[in-house]
This record gives sequence, C-alpha cells and structure tokens, in this order.
Amino acid sequence: MQRELPSSVPLMTDSNSRRPALPGGIWRSLGITLMAILLFVLITNQFFNVRYDYTLLVVALGGAVLGLLSGVIGSFAVLRQQSLMGDALSHAALPGVAIAFMLVGRQMGALLIGAAIASWLGAQFIRAVTSTTRIKQDAAMGITLAAFFAIGLALLTIIQGQQNASQAGLAQFIFGQAASIRLDSLLTIALVGSAILLITALFWKELKLLTFDPVFAATIMRTQPVEALLSTLIVVVIVMGLQVAGVILMVGLLIAPAVAARQWSRRLDQMVVLAGIFGAFAGGTGAIISAADSGLPTGPLIIIMASIIVGVSILFAPERGVVWELWKQRRERVSFARRNVLISLYRHAQSHGDNYAWAPQELITGLYDGPGKRALGWLEQHNQAVKSGTRWQLTGSGLQAAEQFLNEHR
Amino acid sequence: MPDQTPPIALDIEDLTVAYRSQPVVWDLDLHVPPGVLMAIVGPNGAGKSTLIKAALGLVPRAAGSVHFFGKPYDEVRLRVGYVPQRGSVDWDFPTTVLDLTLMGLYGKLGWIRRPGRAEFDRAMHALEQVGLQDFAHRQIGQLSGGQQQRSFIARALVQDADLYFMDEPFAAVDAVTEAAIVNLLQELRSLQRTVIVVHHDLDTVTDYFDHVTLLNVELIASGPTTEAFTEANIRRTYGSRTLKALGVS
Repeated sequence: MQRELPSSVPLMTDSNSRRPALPGGIWRSLGITLMAILLFVLITNQFFNVRYDYTLLVVALGGAVLGLLSGVIGSFAVLRQQSLMGDALSHAALPGVAIAFMLVGRQMGALLIGAAIASWLGAQFIRAVTSTTRIKQDAAMGITLAAFFAIGLALLTIIQGQQNASQAGLAQFIFGQAASIRLDSLLTIALVGSAILLITALFWKELKLLTFDPVFAATIMRTQPVEALLSTLIVVVIVMGLQVAGVILMVGLLIAPAVAARQWSRRLDQMVVLAGIFGAFAGGTGAIISAADSGLPTGPLIIIMASIIVGVSILFAPERGVVWELWKQRRERVSFARRNVLISLYRHAQSHGDNYAWAPQELITGLYDGPGKRALGWLEQHNQAVKSGTRWQLTGSGLQAAEQFLNEHR
Repeated sequence: MPDQTPPIALDIEDLTVAYRSQPVVWDLDLHVPPGVLMAIVGPNGAGKSTLIKAALGLVPRAAGSVHFFGKPYDEVRLRVGYVPQRGSVDWDFPTTVLDLTLMGLYGKLGWIRRPGRAEFDRAMHALEQVGLQDFAHRQIGQLSGGQQQRSFIARALVQDADLYFMDEPFAAVDAVTEAAIVNLLQELRSLQRTVIVVHHDLDTVTDYFDHVTLLNVELIASGPTTEAFTEANIRRTYGSRTLKALGVS
C-alpha cells in the first residue's frame, strides 16, 4: 500500500533564532525590583513613619534571604509539578515543632530540627502510600497534610493548657512572625542559605535534567542521590521559612515567586534568578510591614506581596502575559482584516475585467463591518486604495500588494 | 565484513515484566545483532515501551537478564542512547533547543562539570543533522511536534552511542520530520550502529527497517523483515480481525 505524504511542508525560516534569549531581561527585572524596593522604603518611611533602624534591618534581611531561598528552590518544585508537595511538607512540620517543644522547651534550633524530621516523615509517608496502594499522589498528600497538621494543632492545644506565658512563641509557626529574627538567627539563615545556593550551583545540570526529564536522566546518571538532594533542599528551605511565613502559607512563598518568574524567563537560570529576586522582595517587604506594626503576622503579608508580583507577571509579562496575548490577537485581527479587504477589492476589480474598477463601500463594510472600515482607512493612508464618494479603487501599489500576497499564498 | 564487531548488540533472556501481578512482557528472549535497524511492532498494550524500559532498568524486571555487547547495562550505560516518547516531558519547561541537546552529554561529562566549547560544537552538529540548526536558541515550547521529536533525537545523537532505543519517534510527526528520521536511521546503520525503534505503522516496516520484532506480551517472531514480517506472524500478533481493519492483506 502506498503511503501518502503531503507533497511539501516548508521549513519556516526563522528570524528570531539568533536573537539572544530575553535580551536584558534579568537586568531589566533587577532594575525594576531595585526601584520597587526604593519606592517601598520611601513610602513606608515618609507616610507610615517606619523607622529603618538596626532591628528592622535585621528582620528585613532575614525575610529577604528566606524569600530568596524559597524562590530559588521553589522553581524546581514548580517545574516538577510538585507545588502541592511543598504545602504537604510545610503542614507536616507542625507536630515536629510541638513535640520538640515538649521535649526541650523553647530552643529555636531544636524546634527547627523537630520540624525537619516531621516534614521528612510526611514525605516518606506520602511516598509509601503512593507506591504501595492505589491511592493517587494528590490524595495521599491531602491526607498527610491534614493528618499531620491536625496532630500538630492538637499538641499545641495541650501545650497551651499545660504551660503559661512561654508557649506563646509557638503561634508564630502557624502564621509566621519575622520580628522574632535576631542577629544570631540571621547569621544562621545566611550560612545555611549560602550552602543551599552553592549546592544548587554545583549540581545545576543534574537538577535541571532531573526536573525536565527524569526518565531520560535515569539512563545517563544515578538519579536517586539527586532526587534525595532536591527533596532535602526543599525540606530545609521550608523549615527555615516557617519562622516568617508559617506552616499554612509557606507554600505561597515557595511557589508564587517561581510562578511569577516563569512568566518573564526563557531559560531555567533566568527563572531561578528572578524567582530569587521576587522571593527576596516579597519576604523583605512583608517582614518590614509586619515588624513595623507588631500586631500583624508576617505570613499573610509576605504572601500578599508575592501575589501582587504574580498578578502583575501573569498580566503583563511579554510573550506569556494575558495583556501581551490580547494585544497580539488584536494585531493579528487588524492585519488579517487589511489583507482581506485588499484582496476583496482586487477580486471585485478582476471580476469586472478592470484592475482599477470602482467598488462600493458597502461591499466591504457589508463583509467586514467596523474592522473593514478601519482597514479601508489604513489602505487609503498607505496609498493602496483611493476613495471617491462612497466608492473605492485600488492604486497601482495596492494592486501590486494584492498580487504579491496572492502569489505568496498560492 | 562485520567480523570485528561484537557478536550481539542486545541479548535479552527470559525477560518477564509485571505490573501489579499482571504480566506486561512474558518470558521473552530477544537477540539483536549489531548494525541493524529493528522495528518493534505490536498492538497497544503489547509491552513495546515496557520492553525498552525494562532493558534500560527504568522499570523493574520480575525475571530475566539483559546484556548489551555482552555486558550488563551498568557497565555500558554510555554506549546506549535513548529517545523517550515525546509526550513524556513538559515542553513548556524554560530551556532552549541547544540546551536540550546538550543534556545528551551530561552522562559523559560526569558530576558537576559544565558543558564547554567542545560540547556546544557537538550539540550544534547534532542539530544540523536533524535540520534544527536555525532553531538552536529557540525555546523548546515554540517548536512544532515534529521539531520537538527531532530535538529529542539530536539529544540522543550527541550521546554517540552504539545502540539506540527510540520510543515511537514517528508518532504524529510531519512529513519533513519523518523523512529526516528515516535518513538518520540509514546514516546510523551505515556507521554500524544498532537502532531499535518502537513503531506503529505496519505499512512502512519493510521500507524503513531491515529487522523486525513482533510482540504481544510474548515474543511472536524476531529476525530479518523478509523472514519474520510474514502475514502469519502479523496475524498472530494482532489477531486476524484487527489485521483486516488495518487493510493489510
């Protein structure tokens, strides 16, 4: 049996291919972010009397570094389509915090280790349920999230019943409280953060390949260590971020900067850098607002800032943004209408055996309505058609343009 | 002439793969000589992709052994190239065609090391081989389906492997891509490489391939197309009703 193939499919010539990806995109975004920071500092300082003293700077820096780390590591979680995993892991941390508090009292280091262990257990639990039963991963994550979080809340209630004032600090793990960041914890955050960034840079290509194509990756490298490394990085970032964002909203700090950054980037390195910048901005500003007015928990403020960045990115990013898309569609419609009107004039003229036959305007407006009228105006402006009363005629260059177009698309 | 080449490129003995105690590939023996273009054909659910994945250790084997060039896979990993199904990845991932191609070299580069000038040149050469040199800096999400398939093949070409597995490279591609892949297969054969392709189109088996494996959970037949690709074998693979529907007589 003879196989039929289309006779020819033209290979499109590609005018963009040599253009560097997203020219200056990173620098532009960095510039915009810096200006946004300046503006934010100015406004809060001038109109809301926020004092940028030493304590506030420590808090702001702490929030910014944690936001940066969340953005960087969150990019991988988002691209692996494991956004919800971050949510499950952060909620799963709460019982660990409570148990650590019951054992050793209010020592931040111990609480964070407890959080990490519980979060890690949550991850193992999800993996075990998914691989040994027919329960799908999203359901397994939902169950784990709810169960661990419920246990954590119950334990917190018990703690509150038993002890007095000292337990108040635990509430910060639910909604986040950046004001608790002191210089020594900032130094720890910076140290661990540097290690995380260094590891990400060192294993960049392994992380990238595992994220993009885990099946192919498994044929050319040992993927289990990389998989374990990435999970560890995610857990560590979540646990550190809990202090400022809280277990309920931590997922937002992990996901939102990455989602926003994806809108503006064409390559993974651009996305990760931008997500870091966006995360730092949201973390820093959220921490400042919260610390300046001590009544407000930090988590919601950070997530509001991050969500604003996401909203702007979804609307206005070039190539992927909604506004861009609408504008492109409109531009295509307009040029489509111009071409069609030109060809209608040409066809009308041909059918009268005269290249320059006059066509009544209703012929065009009847076919194309408003866009047709605008297209006629454009053709007149560009010397491709002339008007006499309510009748239209192609000019020499209009005739040429129509013939050229019809030839190209034969 | 092919005296210096090792006697067998892929040697599978007694392979069984099961999913939830349901056999997907049952007690299969397969011997692929080097330098052949082999199609694996069979109905949906016959275990074609699973066979490839089990050979590459991507799905666990319930029983059996697999050897490439007389050695277990772990010892010859870099001599075996793989083109997964196009739909197995998210093409909206932020990366360029060139970068995707470079991923084929990550195995040879080893841990931590970054691709350099030499790797870039090799990747560009592979893109020329599949006709995508002008698209090197495009985002992969902007490619057509056929171009995506060709970029996947370019990624495998830079591996410079002795044996290639390709999982349905002809699925839903345009004519240009189909012709480009056929040319590449011929080129690989002329270089004495072995290529094993999961294939769906029975009409083109004899045109594109010199060897064929007919599979339906169990091995039906395997060998040169002239010997193995017989009406009786096809009927045993697909069942006679399906065969009529396919218009093969």
